[in-house]
Amino acid sequence: MSEAPKKYMNPYLAGFFLGFILLTTIYVSGRGLGASGAIKSFVVQTVETVAPDHAASNTYYINQKQSNPGGPLKSWLVFEVIGVVIGAFLSAVMSNRVAVKIEKGPRVRNGVRIGAAIFGGALFGFGSQLARGCTSGAALSGMAVMSFGGILTMMSIFGMAYAMAYFFRKLWINKAK
Amino acid sequence: MGPLVPDIISNEFNFIIAIIVGIGFGFALEQAGFGSTKKLVGLFYGYDFTVLKVFFTAGVTAMVGITLLSHLGMLDVSIIYINPTFLWAALIGGIIMGGGFIIGGFCPGTSVVAAASGKIDGWAFVFGTAIGVFAFIEAYPLVKNLLIAENLGDLLVFEMMGISRELFALIMIFVAAIAFIGVGLIEDKVNHTKTKWFKNSIIKYGLSITAAVIIVLVTIFTPTRGELMDQRIDEKLAAGDCEPQLMDKDKLAFELMHNYYQYNVIDVRSAEAFKAFHIPTAINIPLEELHKTEHITHVVQNIKTNVFYGNSFAQAQRACLVAKYHGRADNFALNCTALQFNESFFLLTDEQAPDNKLDGETFVFRKNAAQKLKEIGEAVANLNKPVVKKATRIQGGCS
Repeated sequence: MSEAPKKYMNPYLAGFFLGFILLTTIYVSGRGLGASGAIKSFVVQTVETVAPDHAASNTYYINQKQSNPGGPLKSWLVFEVIGVVIGAFLSAVMSNRVAVKIEKGPRVRNGVRIGAAIFGGALFGFGSQLARGCTSGAALSGMAVMSFGGILTMMSIFGMAYAMAYFFRKLWINKAK
Repeated sequence: MGPLVPDIISNEFNFIIAIIVGIGFGFALEQAGFGSTKKLVGLFYGYDFTVLKVFFTAGVTAMVGITLLSHLGMLDVSIIYINPTFLWAALIGGIIMGGGFIIGGFCPGTSVVAAASGKIDGWAFVFGTAIGVFAFIEAYPLVKNLLIAENLGDLLVFEMMGISRELFALIMIFVAAIAFIGVGLIEDKVNHTKTKWFKNSIIKYGLSITAAVIIVLVTIFTPTRGELMDQRIDEKLAAGDCEPQLMDKDKLAFELMHNYYQYNVIDVRSAEAFKAFHIPTAINIPLEELHKTEHITHVVQNIKTNVFYGNSFAQAQRACLVAKYHGRADNFALNCTALQFNESFFLLTDEQAPDNKLDGETFVFRKNAAQKLKEIGEAVANLNKPVVKKATRIQGGCS
């Protein structure tokens, strides 16, 4: 594991490969890729296990239970995300990129980075449920099937990120003065 | 014909497919560098546009692929999952996610990739996402109205723009190509570098874009299988050859009364018309669906004689030609329409009894035939009917 990390794949080649995977998914399963849906399944399962009384009183959990009679974890996206973990790990091992570390912008404290990651994740988690999908499920898969909603979500994700980039530049490109 | 789930691949096996495509997905994301938060955020500060390059290439590749598969009749785009458009939820959800992106430095998919390769900030983001989802579920009664407001349904962007799927794909290829060149220039400026345009890479990228354009042009200019068939049949009809063999209505009635099992009577009208009235023992395959793979097997068989009828003789004739086109030569077209058959047999009243038009013998025969056919029809009602498969839209998405 002491070898130097290999270079990343040519972005266009990686994009073609990703597009091909997405196309295969749509051809075989009739649906696109996703990510946030799997995290939702884990959340629902956790709440149902830890606080069954609470789950029984909230309409959202009740609806979930009705639409997933096999339990929240028996969902396509959960299996897909298990695959993502395997695939990403294999790829990282192959390219010598496995390392337990915190990646962050220059001069950012670890605590700040972790706090920002959790807060950003929370925003993303909330937004993805509202928009019915995240960058994978709504933006990428939506673009592939030419869904208006998917493309709209894509534009608002990236548009907002650009609009806010200036205000959060200290998290990422804080140069020494 | 795709999608392969649930008819060819079962819903259970679909979970295994999910793991396999997930591995490919994770592999592609990690190889592209999406496990690194700095690479992702580079998009917003102009120093690294990998995200845009990968994302756009992937989207356009899948888009062109879907267009091609649909054109070849290999993928039924009317039943694949289309992300529904709920205007406000899509916009506001996207805005919240955009904020999450710039603060957290990941999106859910990429944070999983980062976590899998050991990044602690990736784990933190995944944890944060779970909190956000939990918060949404708890706030569900409050946001429910926003979630379902302005439902525009399975709206497709090219429909909204009033252009065809193919044209939109073509536009996206050009937009992507221009964007790739543009972001290359921005990267150079921000990083103070200068991209060298090697002859090899120009040729390579040029050819890739050309290939995509050619694929889309092929789908625009070549007819689909169904269109090709219609075209050939129109030519034949115009030329006046291949008149189908005719089946007289009384002959059909007689044959059905005595040898119904030798005949495959096919009603090519709509399902509603079929439901209102059909000749006993007939099966229903609307003309415009006759050429589809799942229906044509009912027509191209060697056991029974096909007899087609419809709203008009032209319909029956065309159905014969469709069957012939697919390799079944021995077809009959009924020499009257469905309604005429109904009038001649089942709506026969005693007042019509032996008059100038109908001699006594025929009248008695038809009266009996109507009775007998009704009995046979009831007896074999469900025999040989095409199984009505209701192709419902596949459920997908992240919510």
